[in-house]
Amino acid sequence: MASLVLAEVQSGDLGPSVARVVSAAAHLGAPVDVLVTGSQAAKAAAAATLLTGVRKVLVAEHPQLSGSVSEPLAALLQQLSGDYDAFLAPANAVGKSVMPRLAALLDVSQISEVTTIIDRNTFEHPVYAGAAIETVSVSEPRLILTIRASAFAPAEVGNASAPIVPVAFTPLADAPRVLAETVTASDRPDLGTARVVVSGGRAFASRDAFDSLLAPLAERLGAAIGASRAAVDSGYAPNDLQVGQTGKVVAPDIYLAIGISGAVQHVAGMKGARIIIAINKDASAPIFEIADYGLVGDLFDIVPQLTEALTR
Amino acid sequence: MKVLVTAKRVIDPVMRIQVRSDGSGIETTGARMIINPFDQIALEEALRLKEKGQASEVVLVTIGPSVSQDILRTGLAMGADRAILIESNDRLEQLAVAKLLRAVAEQEQPGLVLMGKQSIDSDASQTGSMLAALLNWPQATFISELTLASGRAVAVREVDAGLQTLDLPLPAVITTDLRLNEPRFASLPNIMKARSKPLAVVPADSFGVELSSRLKVLSTREPPRRQRGTMLETAGELAGVLKTQLNRG
Repeated sequence: MASLVLAEVQSGDLGPSVARVVSAAAHLGAPVDVLVTGSQAAKAAAAATLLTGVRKVLVAEHPQLSGSVSEPLAALLQQLSGDYDAFLAPANAVGKSVMPRLAALLDVSQISEVTTIIDRNTFEHPVYAGAAIETVSVSEPRLILTIRASAFAPAEVGNASAPIVPVAFTPLADAPRVLAETVTASDRPDLGTARVVVSGGRAFASRDAFDSLLAPLAERLGAAIGASRAAVDSGYAPNDLQVGQTGKVVAPDIYLAIGISGAVQHVAGMKGARIIIAINKDASAPIFEIADYGLVGDLFDIVPQLTEALTR
Repeated sequence: MKVLVTAKRVIDPVMRIQVRSDGSGIETTGARMIINPFDQIALEEALRLKEKGQASEVVLVTIGPSVSQDILRTGLAMGADRAILIESNDRLEQLAVAKLLRAVAEQEQPGLVLMGKQSIDSDASQTGSMLAALLNWPQATFISELTLASGRAVAVREVDAGLQTLDLPLPAVITTDLRLNEPRFASLPNIMKARSKPLAVVPADSFGVELSSRLKVLSTREPPRRQRGTMLETAGELAGVLKTQLNRG
């Protein structure tokens, strides 16, 4: 049999998580196909054909498949389920909504947030905000997994070109309709896959300070910007920047936590970073317990100094 | 319209999670247990719908051992009208939980099921979407805003690239994100009143639902700990560290 990866598609482009989920799927030892969906999916499909390890790229185009609404996507995957014994998606908002729906339709128990594939039936994943790692074995004839993309290296982009196979989709009656999408515009690297992440917390005290201090620093470092829950709750940053147990999980090369105390719920989203650097005015902040480098001081002084020093 | 709210009993997130040294799981003895925080948000939203006159009754359900009545009493004190404990001493998988909840939904016929988007123990984020699929109802997950009108729901969802506004027919399953509301505290008089509100206890095996495990947890271990590193004195020093580390990769 074979494995099917539900591709993340962002505004018509292939999402950066796809290469990582494809490399995770390769650990299952079966051929890997990628399903690309949307109202216009040609561009993302073409990008998927270049990923090393992809056998073929299935493309389903229909207006109902734009916006990644769960009901039509789960129905489409169910239509395709005769040909596959494993279904994988990134553990992002789409994967977390679609895959359990598919799992229930197929009467299969799902495993969420897989970080290690030990063999076809054995997996590791974090629970309790990363305070524990469970090793789980499965006796299901079909696998349904959401993959923590940051835990897997991306499949390489090669020149091998997998064939594109169009698949039919029968639209659903009365599926939820997307009325509006508010996409946070940014020309910065994708938060989930950036090499460097600069994150701000409640200590910024205003949206203005958050933007005006972090943007130049992120610019210098070629970094994505992240935020703690407190910063998002306070309105300093949009929800899609939240890093943590209930936000995004990142594992960059370098993570700068600025004005973030280091609650376990935040640490759950960033402790996979290679190097953690913390700036905080409270010398006893828990973030310093896990930081490779720490600097105690007022971020309103330190961040401009740091940006300046990096310019020289 | 009746609103069904689900609640899971979890270790209070302010507690330090202790992994048993023999790998058999998490130590729960002596841990303070609360309603899963996302489920508190779901309950709060249901109570607000009732206060706006859009819900007629709020029914709270949990699945767990007998002691789980404590979180139901808390939910009743917050304002739920009645509660149901589906009693089970087993660690049930999300799919089995969703099947039990389907049975409850079929009995209760709610116009809306509100659930937390995930429980803070398993962090799985599965049960809401599974329940919606089993009922063949639409779903809206991770919502931060909810409006009901003429048999439909308009929900703002927190998604990967920002926000998405979804319009869906009722009945539906809706799962709540952090920023939907701030749950109320139960007042002392309401805690007293909650003692006399109806709380039904029904054995899980009375539903005729297949509850067997398809997954097996082989072991539970602590992740590798990060060590405290080097404290720096100046921004200049930190810039030096950053330049060195950036050039490494």
